[in-house]
Amino acid sequence: MIGIIDYGMGNLYSVSKALERLNYEYVISADPKRLKETKGLILPGVGSFRDAMHILNETGLADFIRAAVGEGTPLLGICLGMQLLFEESEENGLTEGLNLLKGRVVRFPGITANGETYKVPHMGWNRLQFRHPSPLLTNVEEGYVYFVHSYYVDTDEESVVLASSMYDVEVPAVVGKGHVFGTQFHPEKSSYIGMKILQNYANIVEGKGEA
Amino acid sequence: MITKRIIPCLDVKDGRVVKGVQFVQLRDAGDPVELAKFYDEQGADELVFLDISASHEGRKTMVEVVEQVAAQLAIPFTVGGGINSLDDMKKILRAGADKVSLNTAAVKNPQLINEGADFFGSQCIVVAIDAKYDEAIGSWRVYTHGGRNATEREVIEWAKEAVERGAGEILLTSMDCDGGKNGFDIALTKKVSEAVSVPVIASGGAGSAEHFLAAFVEGKADAALAASIFHYKETSVKEVKAYLKERGVNIR
Repeated sequence: MIGIIDYGMGNLYSVSKALERLNYEYVISADPKRLKETKGLILPGVGSFRDAMHILNETGLADFIRAAVGEGTPLLGICLGMQLLFEESEENGLTEGLNLLKGRVVRFPGITANGETYKVPHMGWNRLQFRHPSPLLTNVEEGYVYFVHSYYVDTDEESVVLASSMYDVEVPAVVGKGHVFGTQFHPEKSSYIGMKILQNYANIVEGKGEA
Repeated sequence: MITKRIIPCLDVKDGRVVKGVQFVQLRDAGDPVELAKFYDEQGADELVFLDISASHEGRKTMVEVVEQVAAQLAIPFTVGGGINSLDDMKKILRAGADKVSLNTAAVKNPQLINEGADFFGSQCIVVAIDAKYDEAIGSWRVYTHGGRNATEREVIEWAKEAVERGAGEILLTSMDCDGGKNGFDIALTKKVSEAVSVPVIASGGAGSAEHFLAAFVEGKADAALAASIFHYKETSVKEVKAYLKERGVNIR
């Protein structure tokens, strides 16, 4: 069973429905006790980094997540949920993240090195390019997935970037280290490729894929 | 880089897809969920559902339709029609839609765009504009109420204002071209696309794959929407995408 962390931000419904289509059991909860009974966690999220961290800290969920990861529980952050895994974000003033992965969250400049402007948010379907093998990407094709975001992760720790997409800059699209994973895109909205990634995560949670 | 999106649009009345969609292989051609899945398999990048129910009951049914579609569909979808308040937006988005589209209500009360964007984020808020060329002003005029009422607003200015207020996307329908199948309004699409910093969806006039190419290349649209040519199988999403890909357009 997967625990979907409900902290009031984001579309929990589509993530949970995607798990239903995979016939995988889940609970949606804000209660650490209830979440603790699950084998793996999903941290969804749409909205601002600052608001999200504020709620996670206030509710004690931030401490719970760090402790659970420390005990070896797999975690998958989606969209904002992935950004929250990193050290800090510059969205609405510098805010500290969960600090599970090294890197910071910065805004797309909206203008290329040659002075051409482009649209922000990065919204729509973009192609994955694999960087490092991972059980999360087993039998996943290097196809298109659906992104909606204005900030992206800038990291020097090259090994955590499992897959990336180009949008002016190289955008970390799938990240992972040990049993902590994140997708910048929405797997639950990324057709069959996204469903395969969620299936792989469920397998990791069940101990069928190595992490 | 990001792909150009092809978006079929489905009109829903009292929970049923109307305008006689002609798919022999479907068990129930009026079922929004079946049609949504069909278009997903065809390679549609997104779907738009337009609720044309006139009654309160019809709108309630739409929330149920959204829940059912969200449970089955693994691509994003937008719901428009009859959304007049933050409360309406909450109902539709919480039922599982990814975006809501505001049209008449946004013109009547532009603050609604701000409220929606503040609450859900700009990525959830699409502003739909019905545009018709008006020689008197030498530009396009904004129409509301499904194109029945002319307003005092000019389209480019309204699009800019909508984006400043927090719209994350503009769904731009040319009333001059709509239903004609002679192609999208390229001049209009290009003007709006160059004026705003958010994606623009061209709508109205699609009759062939060539029209999509023109909307993307000349019109600088980020996405293009069509209804009848897909519903009546004059062409398919698959065929349009194959045509565009051959001509170097970045397509999923």
